[in-house]
Amino acid sequence: MEELKKEIVLPEGDIGDEQQYLTFIMSGEEYGVDILAVQEIRGWEEPTLIPNAPSYIRGVINLRGTIVPIMDLRLRFGLEEAGYTATTVVIILKFDSDNGERVMGIVVDAVSDVYTIADDDTRRPPELTEDDNSDFIKGLVNVNEKMVILLDVEELLMLRMGMAATPYSIDED
Amino acid sequence: MSVDLSQFHQVFFEESFEGLDVMESELLDMDPADVDDETVNNIFRAAHSIKGGAGTFGFMPVSEFTHVLETLLDEIRSGKRSMEPRYVDLFLQSVDCLRGMLSDMQDGNDPETERPAELRKEFEKILGMEQESAAAEETSADSDGKDSGWLIDVHPHTDLLMTGNEPFRMFRELRELVGEDNFDVTADIDNVPELSSLTPEECIINWQIKVTTSVPLDEIKAIFEWVEDECDLTYLPLTGDAETTSDNNVTPDKNAAEEQQPQETPEVATEKAPVIAEAQKSAKPAKAPKKAAESSSIRVSIDKVDSLINMVGELVITQSMLGQLGQDFDLSRLAKLQEGLSQLEQNTRELQESVMKIRMMPISFAFSRFPRLVRDLGGQLGKKVVLETIGEQTELDKTVMEKINDPLVHLVRNSMDHGLETTEQRIAAGKCEEGTITLNAYHQGGNIVIEVADDGAGLNEDRILKKAIEKGLVPENNSLTPEEIHNLIFLPGFSTAEAVSDISGRGVGMDVVRRNIQALNGSIEVKSQRNVGSTFIIRLPLTLAILDGQLVKVCEETYIFPLVSIVESIQIHRSSLNHVTGSQYVMQLRDEYIPIVRLDKIFGLRDEKDVVDEMMLVVVEGDNEKIGIVVDDLLGQQQVVIKSLEQNYQKVSGISGATILGDGTVALIIDISSIGKNIVPVKRNQNRSERAA
Repeated sequence: MEELKKEIVLPEGDIGDEQQYLTFIMSGEEYGVDILAVQEIRGWEEPTLIPNAPSYIRGVINLRGTIVPIMDLRLRFGLEEAGYTATTVVIILKFDSDNGERVMGIVVDAVSDVYTIADDDTRRPPELTEDDNSDFIKGLVNVNEKMVILLDVEELLMLRMGMAATPYSIDED
Repeated sequence: MSVDLSQFHQVFFEESFEGLDVMESELLDMDPADVDDETVNNIFRAAHSIKGGAGTFGFMPVSEFTHVLETLLDEIRSGKRSMEPRYVDLFLQSVDCLRGMLSDMQDGNDPETERPAELRKEFEKILGMEQESAAAEETSADSDGKDSGWLIDVHPHTDLLMTGNEPFRMFRELRELVGEDNFDVTADIDNVPELSSLTPEECIINWQIKVTTSVPLDEIKAIFEWVEDECDLTYLPLTGDAETTSDNNVTPDKNAAEEQQPQETPEVATEKAPVIAEAQKSAKPAKAPKKAAESSSIRVSIDKVDSLINMVGELVITQSMLGQLGQDFDLSRLAKLQEGLSQLEQNTRELQESVMKIRMMPISFAFSRFPRLVRDLGGQLGKKVVLETIGEQTELDKTVMEKINDPLVHLVRNSMDHGLETTEQRIAAGKCEEGTITLNAYHQGGNIVIEVADDGAGLNEDRILKKAIEKGLVPENNSLTPEEIHNLIFLPGFSTAEAVSDISGRGVGMDVVRRNIQALNGSIEVKSQRNVGSTFIIRLPLTLAILDGQLVKVCEETYIFPLVSIVESIQIHRSSLNHVTGSQYVMQLRDEYIPIVRLDKIFGLRDEKDVVDEMMLVVVEGDNEKIGIVVDDLLGQQQVVIKSLEQNYQKVSGISGATILGDGTVALIIDISSIGKNIVPVKRNQNRSERAA
């Protein structure tokens, strides 16, 4: 399973307030990310460990010369670990941050579909006070009587975790 | 003209900064008593290009300010005035002021107005009457043209077409401006010779244009702005009094054509500029200043690009040869395959070298700012100082050069302030009245060495030692050699300046210099002799992009140590480690105790119980501290290309970056100084004398 690059034909111009989402399955739930944030879809390869990284950062891989971290979304969302096989799917996401483009891979169970969703159809997620993962959720939407959870790629990739989980600090001066 | 000019802004700024550098260096070299025409012309040309460019791009404050500067220069150039030292000072101040304005605008801010206005007043004071009359002329021109029209005489020089300017375009534009009915042009073909003696590249026709319009004269002039040096232009008001408003009646000038050149380059050589412009556009306003400063472009000599193209050509040939070989391969052609592969290897290496060379720039770019600095500082300190620069053509990586600038400035200021004695002291010591600062750059091995030397008093060991003891940096009864004492000045919090002066001695001092240099994987040392002088020697890697690395294995992971920081590697037994406190181990290595860092432990790779008895210890030196790092195995040594881990992830403590190994996997590069810093306890004084050279 090399690179399952998906060719997606985008509609000409921006049609109203619609966006296309690539959806994937994790633990039976369907999640969606803005398709423009998806760079490519790859198979799993063993990454290089990063010392003292949080458990959901599995390490970094070499993506044609760029060092790209790999995040296990199951672990990030506190789901049960599913293990990695040759058919495990890694979605490479990118977005423009203040410091240039950021690229990161997320490990999911399977890629599902591409939907065109009108912004008006998305509903705000209920306040989930118990769960800090709710920051990642941009909205909920119903597609064919099934709920899809739309994720905020930027929130997901910014890794607002500081330098936690390191046994020693590197505060200089 | 609906071209989006903003894409050329970056190029304009770069060229203007270059122009300012030219002006500055010419001004510094100039002897006001004996001014060379060529020098003044060079300065004038640079100023003129900036003015022209700024006008084109609508940076009015800059073009207006440059205009007064240019007026004075023009008078000096034409011999109306002679150069005076106070003019030089004023020009130098203007260069600084312009530089400030330009960088403000480059960052997307409005330039400051106070300073230019002040300087402008001074210029105007010097220019005196001329300025007033010019102002009067301008106002009269404005009021006259309001509701009448203009008769414009266009007398192009014969080389107008050669500069790429097409009169008809300008006429067409003018027609659009005033409307078709109000526009009338007559060609004067008196000068046109016989067909047989006609030179097609020459412009021999003169035109007379009659426009009836209320458009202000400025807008009409703007159309001819690009050619005002290649044309004799006369504007006559159509109605009212017959007073002639003559402007831009520039006499034919060879230089004029040359001056036009820089303004035109934006259209030819700007592959990079649009990208930059876009990057700036997409950046958020708050972040913009930083961005603009960093995304600078680089000028590469055509030779380097040509050799690159040659190599790519060879690479393509090798690739097609290998491709052919692969199509129907059998074992009999194995030798050919191997030959092809070794050719490919060589091509790749050559290509890598040439690409790295593109990033290399002569160090004169960094040295060029020092004549000015030395001149200004010398004046401020009342010391006579001569600056010598050697090895200006020595090349080093652009990034390294940018980062070495501040440390160099600091060192030169230091040498001038503390190193060199006052003139009286020098005469008393029997030295030449003028102090000398020498900047010397040369290659040594894979490094570039930059020396900052002065022939001043040298370091005062007694004072340094006294101070160091006072600050508790060294114990009272020590036996430090002079060299060791000299190196004490690099310790944090060490500053011997008795009075904190404006020039140096703000307490940041040499430790910051050393830290900056170490951040570049370089080192600094000082050699000094009383009454002879001091020399600071900076060693830097030629490039930051590639590192000589030692591959080591810890558990199943491969890590890379920078080869330069490795002192030795030894096999040790677990029992030779001494447990100090908590989890801290030290080991006696000959006559010193070195702290031990266990990579497997601090990186959380292995359980404590799995530790083996025989281990490999790599002794490294970072931040002048030796530490031993325990690894499982030493693998090979190789050059690695440094990749950023922060770009897509974040800073990882103890790791300085990542690289890609031959098999395509990622390996992390160990940051020796931060690993040392965090494991070594704060008690760091007693080992200070053990400083390795």
